[in-house]
Amino acid sequence: MVQLTLPKNSQVTQGQSWPAPTSPKGEVKEFRIYRWNPDDKANPRIDTYSVDMGDCGPMVLDALIKIKNEQDPTLTFRRSCREGICGSCAMNIDGTNTLACLKSCDDVKGAVKVYPLPHMPVVKDLVPDLTRFYAQHRSIEPWLKTTSAEPKAEWKQSPQDRAKLDGLYECILCACCSTSCPSYWWNGDRYLGPAVLLQAYRWLIDSRDEATGDRLDDLEDPFRLYRCHTIMNCAKACPKGLNPAKAIAEIKKMMVERQL
Amino acid sequence: MSSFRTPLGRVRGLGSAKSGTAHFWQQRATAIAGVPLVLFLIWLAVNLAGADYATARSLLSHPAVTIVLALSFFVILKHMRLGMQVIIEDYVHVESWKMIVLLANSVFTYVVGAGALYALARLTFGAMQ
Repeated sequence: MVQLTLPKNSQVTQGQSWPAPTSPKGEVKEFRIYRWNPDDKANPRIDTYSVDMGDCGPMVLDALIKIKNEQDPTLTFRRSCREGICGSCAMNIDGTNTLACLKSCDDVKGAVKVYPLPHMPVVKDLVPDLTRFYAQHRSIEPWLKTTSAEPKAEWKQSPQDRAKLDGLYECILCACCSTSCPSYWWNGDRYLGPAVLLQAYRWLIDSRDEATGDRLDDLEDPFRLYRCHTIMNCAKACPKGLNPAKAIAEIKKMMVERQL
Repeated sequence: MSSFRTPLGRVRGLGSAKSGTAHFWQQRATAIAGVPLVLFLIWLAVNLAGADYATARSLLSHPAVTIVLALSFFVILKHMRLGMQVIIEDYVHVESWKMIVLLANSVFTYVVGAGALYALARLTFGAMQ
């Protein structure tokens, strides 16, 4: 059955509280951050840090970097572009999966609670293991597939057909949507999840692609596609404002369309 | 231990079942068909509230009522079985258990359906008691 409670060695304990800044220049905000180290064999814990917001950038990522630089260099998280393009700093902030670099500290009332993306194996602290997620993306063969002779220049596409990729190509594969989906939590080993299905639809709807039928064949499965129960957490979580649920509905429409 | 299997190999698993669309489509179709049929059942229940056996029997024996009632059994039970199947697939992860519970789901539906049809046939065609 589905495991609804955490195993004993995953239960989160109260960690240490780091001292507050002595002469703050602005509001002091509390950050409660999930910590887990694979090397010390201890349970995960919640550490509490106090950050002087008068001397810190506005986003949660700014605060995390400040904590790492000035208080606790062992705090571990992924980040790269710090402007919502790379998708590295996806984490669960104030109960919602989002990018730390796009989430303003001011949007969170009270203490800012920061956890890794839900229901993924944790590598350390806020770093989830996304190996399976990337393998699922690889499995839908996210590249142009053609059998016609290669044109001398580019494969042509009308502006109208190109417009069909809007709202799909912007996906940065941060995994916020997939890890917010209860269906993906329970059946992530067989269900592809919203992010990968949105990517699959991006290739299904591409007018230049000639493998649409094969792609649909590979997706037509009670688990790979049909575990989507239109819960819509994906659309709510997406930090880029995309709608994976709609992309999945469009795939289901294509499935029905080719039967009728 | 299967940890030497590549992530892609594990994700591809046994491949696509190449089914599921019929299930998806039938669940939606029976849901929509269920709306007027449930309204009909409500109408029937309201009409039969407080009625005696003979009145109930004469209403149920009307050909239109008998036929629509039999269709309701079929559509609603089909919807019930399909919906329950999804819930089982979602939450029961031990393969042997899943098989047993899925079969039990089908058996339960057929038994309820057969019982309902028998009761309807007896009321409609049976001798007056």
